[in-house]
Amino acid sequence: MATKVLERKPLTWAEKTYLPQIVHGLKITWKAMFKKPITLQYPEEKPELPMGYRGIPTLVKDPNGREKCVSCQLCEFICPPKAIRITPGEIPADASTAHVEKAPKAFEINMLRCIYCGLCQEVCPEEAIFLQNAFSLSGYSRQELVFQKDKLYELGGTLPDTHHKWDKKKAAAAHPHHH
Amino acid sequence: MSDLKNAPLVTITIDGQELQVPAGMNVIAAAALIGKEIPHYCYHPRLSIVGNCRMCMVELGMVMKDRATGQVILDEAGKPKIGWAPKPAIGCGTQAVNGLHVKTDTQLVKDCQKGVMEFLLVNHPLDCPICDQAGECTLQEFATDYGQGYSRFVEEKNVKPKRTQLGPRVMLDDERCILCARCIRFCKEIAGEDVLGFVDRGSYSTLTCYPGKALTNNYSLNTVDICPVGALTSTDFRFKMRVWFLKKTDSICTESSVGVNTTVWSREGQIYRITPRENGEVNDSWMADSGRALYEKVEAPERLKCPKINGNTVPLPEAIDRACELFDAAQKVAYVASGHMSVEEQFLFKELTHVQPGDIYGVMHVQEADGFLISADSTPNMRGGLAVGLWEDLPQKQLSALGDKIDNGAVTLLVVYNEDLFETGLTEAQLRKVEIIYLGTHRNRTSEYADLVLPTLMAFEKSGSFINQQWRLQTFAQAVPGPTGLLPDICLMEHLRSHLVGEAYVAPTLTGIWGRLSHENALFKGVLFNKIPKTGQLLEAEAFAHHAFLEGKGLHYEPKVTIIPEAVQAS
Repeated sequence: MATKVLERKPLTWAEKTYLPQIVHGLKITWKAMFKKPITLQYPEEKPELPMGYRGIPTLVKDPNGREKCVSCQLCEFICPPKAIRITPGEIPADASTAHVEKAPKAFEINMLRCIYCGLCQEVCPEEAIFLQNAFSLSGYSRQELVFQKDKLYELGGTLPDTHHKWDKKKAAAAHPHHH
Repeated sequence: MSDLKNAPLVTITIDGQELQVPAGMNVIAAAALIGKEIPHYCYHPRLSIVGNCRMCMVELGMVMKDRATGQVILDEAGKPKIGWAPKPAIGCGTQAVNGLHVKTDTQLVKDCQKGVMEFLLVNHPLDCPICDQAGECTLQEFATDYGQGYSRFVEEKNVKPKRTQLGPRVMLDDERCILCARCIRFCKEIAGEDVLGFVDRGSYSTLTCYPGKALTNNYSLNTVDICPVGALTSTDFRFKMRVWFLKKTDSICTESSVGVNTTVWSREGQIYRITPRENGEVNDSWMADSGRALYEKVEAPERLKCPKINGNTVPLPEAIDRACELFDAAQKVAYVASGHMSVEEQFLFKELTHVQPGDIYGVMHVQEADGFLISADSTPNMRGGLAVGLWEDLPQKQLSALGDKIDNGAVTLLVVYNEDLFETGLTEAQLRKVEIIYLGTHRNRTSEYADLVLPTLMAFEKSGSFINQQWRLQTFAQAVPGPTGLLPDICLMEHLRSHLVGEAYVAPTLTGIWGRLSHENALFKGVLFNKIPKTGQLLEAEAFAHHAFLEGKGLHYEPKVTIIPEAVQAS
């Protein structure tokens, strides 16, 4: 590789005294002393998160309290670090949500593996998994950070539903147009 | 359906490409020969043609002939003029004849496909996220390949029953059904139990069983396989796992000596389902329901998972040492081999018996045959035992000769491979009289009496080959790992043999064993394990034709009638 030799200019007399630089630095210091501090006192103070922030993935319920996930396993398929593991299950025929037929028996996300890419949220056909605002996780063991279904629902809570897809389906089944 | 083997060849032209096919060949099958896909739902090569899905629309034309003279009419360029039909026609209802011209990718054909797809999806519930067929659904595939990609349907969709139990193993989702009638035709034509049919009209048509009947046939799950959509699902596999996670492994069904070709679907060492694998020489596209349930035995509670000496779990080396002690102490050994072993295992078992010679017994397992894909012999490889010389004659159901020898003290050590000796007529007193080394996959009454239990692997957990009733050598591959720490059967037997003779143990390989088998055994001459075709290799077994095999007539199997010479009959 070719070497480029740079010519270093000699310091002027003023520079040799270092005084202009010190004065310049003090100016900045004094200015900052009278400004509002921008440092955030984390963890006492929490930052304001922008729209579309990708925190940890969580499972959500619809306004009727129905778990939205139908265990289609698309998130498990798309997940680049393979953090998601689902055991599909059948909703019993006598349950109020029996028309949905399928729900996860077990759903776990390994938060140590998760890279917060948001692909699970993007791929979900039921809008059941969302990366919400929680971002700071800690635990005493690895097992503790493999979140199970109940924990994921607790973190996810309920989100408004605009489609009511399954409610419509149930209503249609109750009043089918007969021939 | 029809036999095309003896049909004369005719020349047809598909999308300008000329090809020679047997006369009468279905146009869909002919197009597939040159890699052209004609999308279809109701057409199935092994079922009759109904032409009710209308998906396989193509344009048809024939070489024009002068009606008066029969002369081919030529155009200006001197080529035969093609008379194209003004309207499209269904490919599945068209058979190859000389001079047939087919267009599969014109704008008209594409418009037809788009239209048919739109109609099929009108009342489709689009519940792919919960549908088991997703990933292997032709409705999904053709909707992306040939559909228009969006829906114009704003009206309310039909609501139909989602969970109709057609039979103990088959569930129907009426909303997903596209009324292709494959299942109906299968029941009528293949299973021979015509229980399904459509009721109601138009978009209210639903599939149902005839009143008072159910889809209980032992071949009912084939309807699930051939269902092009998710309307019929298996109650066993339902909602268990999405198919795109499953690894497919070619295997052979161990249910009977038919040797049905199967695909084992597994994920991370767990088997989820077994489906038939196409083999036109053995099982066509079909398989019995009972054979599909065999995977459940892998996780059965009575599975043997570790070596045991007198009921106490021991490490494998200790168990092998114990086996050597038993062999050294015993002067008179007898062996009970099995038709459940693969050819390679039978060969190595035979090698093992050379160390300390003794009588080798086999056990014949007889079951009720159904004349289709379940034969009377419930072992997959009884003929392998004949081939490698484990038994000279067909094994017996009862081992009374062995019982007598035990009573006489002529046998002091029994090496049993996966057989329950109680079923062969031996008594508890007899088993108590001898030492028993039991090699097997599952606990049974004999293993309870065994001094030493060496667990072996099931066919899903190892590779090898079986010889079926047609003397067809077929290979199966390992689908899932066996229980932790267990050796494949061939390694276990070689381990035992090498210890007994004081040689260093070298793990045997299938290709190594086949190198010896093809060299030493005239029946296997020229057979290379890695070159055995997927559809199996038929062996020349004239030398064994005189045995009175149990198997009766089945699919692709006609028992050879043994003619007993009159002289023998008279005596």
